[in-house]
Amino acid sequence: MHTSHAENEANYLKYKGKYKGLLGWILSTDHKRIGLLYLYSIATMFSVGALLGLAMKFELLAPGKTIMDAQTYNATFTVHGVIMIFMIVIPGLPAVFGNFLLPIMLGAKDVAFPKLNLLSWWLYVAGVFLVLSALLFGPGTPDTGWTFYAPYSFKTGTNLLPAVFGAFVLGFSSILTGLNFLVTIHRLRCPGLKWTKLPLFVWTIYGTAWIQLLATPVVGITLVLIALERIFGVGVFDPALGGDPILYQHLFWIYSHPAVYIMILPAMGAISEIIPTFSQKHIFGYKAIIASTMAIAFVGWLVWGHHMYTAGMSGTAQYYFSLLTFIVAIPSAIKVFNWISTLYKGSINVQTPFYWAISFIFVFMIGGLSGLVLGSLATNIYVHDTAFVVAHFHYIVFGGTGFSFFAAMHYWFPKIFGRMYDKAWANIGWLVFFIGFLALYSPMFYLGMMGMPRRYYDYLEEFHGGNILSTFGSWIMVTGLIIIITNLVRSARRGPKAEMNPWHGKTLEWTVTSPPPLENFDEIPVIAEDDGPYNYK
Amino acid sequence: MEKSAHIEHEHYDAEASKVGMWLFIFTELLLFGGLFIIYSVYRFMNPDAFHLAAEELDTFIGALNTVLLLISSMTIAMATTSLQKNNKLHTLLLSTVTVILGLVFLVNKYFEWGIKFSHGIWPGSPHMMETMSQGEILFFGLYFIMTGLHALHIIIGLVIIAVAMVRVNKGTVHANRAALLENAGLYWHLVDVIWIFLFPLFYLIT
Repeated sequence: MHTSHAENEANYLKYKGKYKGLLGWILSTDHKRIGLLYLYSIATMFSVGALLGLAMKFELLAPGKTIMDAQTYNATFTVHGVIMIFMIVIPGLPAVFGNFLLPIMLGAKDVAFPKLNLLSWWLYVAGVFLVLSALLFGPGTPDTGWTFYAPYSFKTGTNLLPAVFGAFVLGFSSILTGLNFLVTIHRLRCPGLKWTKLPLFVWTIYGTAWIQLLATPVVGITLVLIALERIFGVGVFDPALGGDPILYQHLFWIYSHPAVYIMILPAMGAISEIIPTFSQKHIFGYKAIIASTMAIAFVGWLVWGHHMYTAGMSGTAQYYFSLLTFIVAIPSAIKVFNWISTLYKGSINVQTPFYWAISFIFVFMIGGLSGLVLGSLATNIYVHDTAFVVAHFHYIVFGGTGFSFFAAMHYWFPKIFGRMYDKAWANIGWLVFFIGFLALYSPMFYLGMMGMPRRYYDYLEEFHGGNILSTFGSWIMVTGLIIIITNLVRSARRGPKAEMNPWHGKTLEWTVTSPPPLENFDEIPVIAEDDGPYNYK
Repeated sequence: MEKSAHIEHEHYDAEASKVGMWLFIFTELLLFGGLFIIYSVYRFMNPDAFHLAAEELDTFIGALNTVLLLISSMTIAMATTSLQKNNKLHTLLLSTVTVILGLVFLVNKYFEWGIKFSHGIWPGSPHMMETMSQGEILFFGLYFIMTGLHALHIIIGLVIIAVAMVRVNKGTVHANRAALLENAGLYWHLVDVIWIFLFPLFYLIT
């Protein structure tokens, strides 16, 4: 607040503080720099996870051993899952875009606890290295799947301990980020920015933060118990000592199902920002979207049992879990209706982020509806643990969160880096990626219906055709990914300078220069009574 | 860090840090909540074995530790009040009493665990494997995990109080900037409350 205008002129990318070079980044408490630190770490881990996924698809090109044996395949899908879930989609949008945008959208200079924010990133990095150390040292790469199911997780001879401990540390990082965002939203809204005027991205971050805060400790203690079981032989989940492995599954999914909403809620938030901007129209049903966000965050707690229909549960419990699963689909559908209604009679500006947002709605609907197939008891028994499940959650987690992440990336890129990307190449990248995505995951619905189980390196000859298509799809998708990333990396350094508000957005981040100045605002903005985040006239 | 060197924010929001602490307390409650669920499930599955195993615990030490923690909660609350009245000496004295009571709690816990070990009771011990039923093994497994995790929280609480005391002594925590000591107190009450639930579950219900 003592900053003069001249000091604040340097943007956050160029600003030189106490430390120079790399240290100026990894010791910076500026929320924008921390957002970018997350972006770079997540992008690095994503490329590792994607390569592992590519290797698995290559293995499935033909029946029998193609490039790896069964044990290697098990290790590959485990590490692919742990990296993609704990290091990419869970931190994903909140850690990158939440960090970068939340304070600016609230009209604040930073988050409530900047040092804690930096600590979260450091914990994230520590967690990443812990998990990776499981690959390099010890008797073998973990092979339990990302769910660490008991009792195999303490019977396997592989080096599971660092992976479990790493996941715990990553969870702690996630809790601290959630806590920080909650306090920020409660305390640092600028004058006039009432709860009913918050941008929807902020609202979804708010719902997400509650889940991060309340669900993560449950999986934290469960992972600690797995570790204690391996080190000291405490028999909490070991049937030989009276423990109940099904109880492990319950505790694991009490977190890990809400975690799905940690992944998808901020993704929905980003789409709720992009659709009105490119329709130049007030978002349809603003309050309905808020209500559905909070409803998802709440009901999402009560549906974990649908992961366990075949594990052994009372029939009554199954009926309730199935019913609640159908109920939790309603708020998601409300959002889809609202997005589509926003488009109606809007003056649509077709740009790259808009393509991503529209394709998000398309894949999200397929993913969501196939989720209902899995949520009904009878059909679930039929497709449980088949490729159908893998197709479903990749449509939701990769199709939902991934598409939204790229939509957000292309939407806020000019704000973050102050430069514009090559729009033609960005559109080509999107198209190739979209085609590859459909070719990769759609055949897996069919394969699952035909009875191909998941998590096997081998399959019967009758599944060959679908798998060939799927593997080809993976190559197309990676080609798209390379185009997109090359375009973005090049443009971040050499692209033409971006305007302050290239898409004519109405939220507060578009009122500051691109890239934003160090302290975001020279003067804390004041929101007028008749103004708001989607105020298109 | 880099910013604070350059731009002197006088950004102090006592309300924010208190909200933050409460949210962290929710996290801790759910961490222990997972263990309480496990305890209830296994108690429901093995009522007789849990009854038998609980007889093994020394209710006297448990009760003594409960009293110690309750008094320490009172002293840290009094320390916070003293700080608000700007009485530095009383603040430091009362915090010291809290720390000492916490340490005595840990010493008692050390002897309690030591006696169990000398009776051949520890996770995976041959004595337990050969003579005890599955329910009793589960009871002692949970006993060591839950009281152990609680003891870890006592240690963390003591460290936070110690840091707050150093800052009070230096004068950076005072009546108008009391958040650190208040939060240390809140955390200490949490540790206390968790023990209030652990004590009857392990020692009293037999």
